[in-house]
Amino acid sequence: MQTSFAALLTILGMALVTYVTRISGLWLMSHVTLSTRMKTWLGYLPGTVIVALVAPTVFSTGVAEAGAALATVLVMARTRNVLLTILVGVSVVWGLRMLQANLR
Amino acid sequence: MSDDLLLAPGPPAEEPVAFDVKGGVVGARRTVPIALSVCAYGLVFGVLAQQARLSLLEVFLMSGFVYAGSAQLLVLSLWSMPLPIATILLTTLIVNLRNLLLGAAVSPWLLRISPFKAYSTLFFLSDESWALTMGEFAKGRRNAAFLLGSGLVLYVAWVGSTVAGRTLGDVVHDPARFGLDFAFTAVFLSLLVGFWNGKSDLLPWVVAALVAVTAAHFLPGKWYILLGGVSGSVAGVVRHAD
Repeated sequence: MQTSFAALLTILGMALVTYVTRISGLWLMSHVTLSTRMKTWLGYLPGTVIVALVAPTVFSTGVAEAGAALATVLVMARTRNVLLTILVGVSVVWGLRMLQANLR
Repeated sequence: MSDDLLLAPGPPAEEPVAFDVKGGVVGARRTVPIALSVCAYGLVFGVLAQQARLSLLEVFLMSGFVYAGSAQLLVLSLWSMPLPIATILLTTLIVNLRNLLLGAAVSPWLLRISPFKAYSTLFFLSDESWALTMGEFAKGRRNAAFLLGSGLVLYVAWVGSTVAGRTLGDVVHDPARFGLDFAFTAVFLSLLVGFWNGKSDLLPWVVAALVAVTAAHFLPGKWYILLGGVSGSVAGVVRHAD
């Protein structure tokens, strides 16, 4: 696991891209105003990207993953405790997988 | 993201906007409880980074230079050799585009301090610090160093906990056996609960999920993330326009 040049370059590139997004709001506001439509789009982005990321795992992997996902969301919505939520999600997926393996 | 915060009136023109140590300390203090939950994400990121074969140095550099939780977590799923640099950068850009909104919302205050202070402070901009700062400004307090103080606390928490998590990761072997591979999905699902703003998110999220599942089935690689994310958010904009 040596740090490769490509990995360093990727990390620096990510850093640059991220910093540009952080300062572009201030920079833009001193020059133009954002349209409502643009603001709406930017507001939806983080949520939809994360939904897209997890959807294949949640909906088309198996019953264990779908069940564990449901448990995860419910625990987080009720407790807002990140570590507990992850612990429950991991335990449920592990339990359901065991159950499936033994039923087969 | 709350629209009313975005439309918040700026500071009155005749009142100065301060930027001093006192404001920074207040921001730092107010952020400590939130830093604990950031540490939880950081620990999990570190463990998952070990599974994605990032070295301790790479985790340290990424957290220190990029300092963006959701983007860093997402990139782990793309981290395979040879590194798909263009996809990684594009994904980072899309996930972090929301910073543009956060920066725009604090701009009425930041435009009133020196550009050097403003642009340095913005390196530490995050969802959590932004929300706390906007709350502070809404109460009529005008010390822009609050954002910097808050950001610094979360920065130390993030870098420290991700490095600790990466070290911890060396101890865990064969993560799938214990269902630990699901931790990645669980982290994002818990983040999603925080992003949920009510019914208006339903349509964009359903579209994002449908497109992602379909794209993951028919397309190679990780294109489903960007395709689903962009089409879901566009669906939200189109519905808004009606």
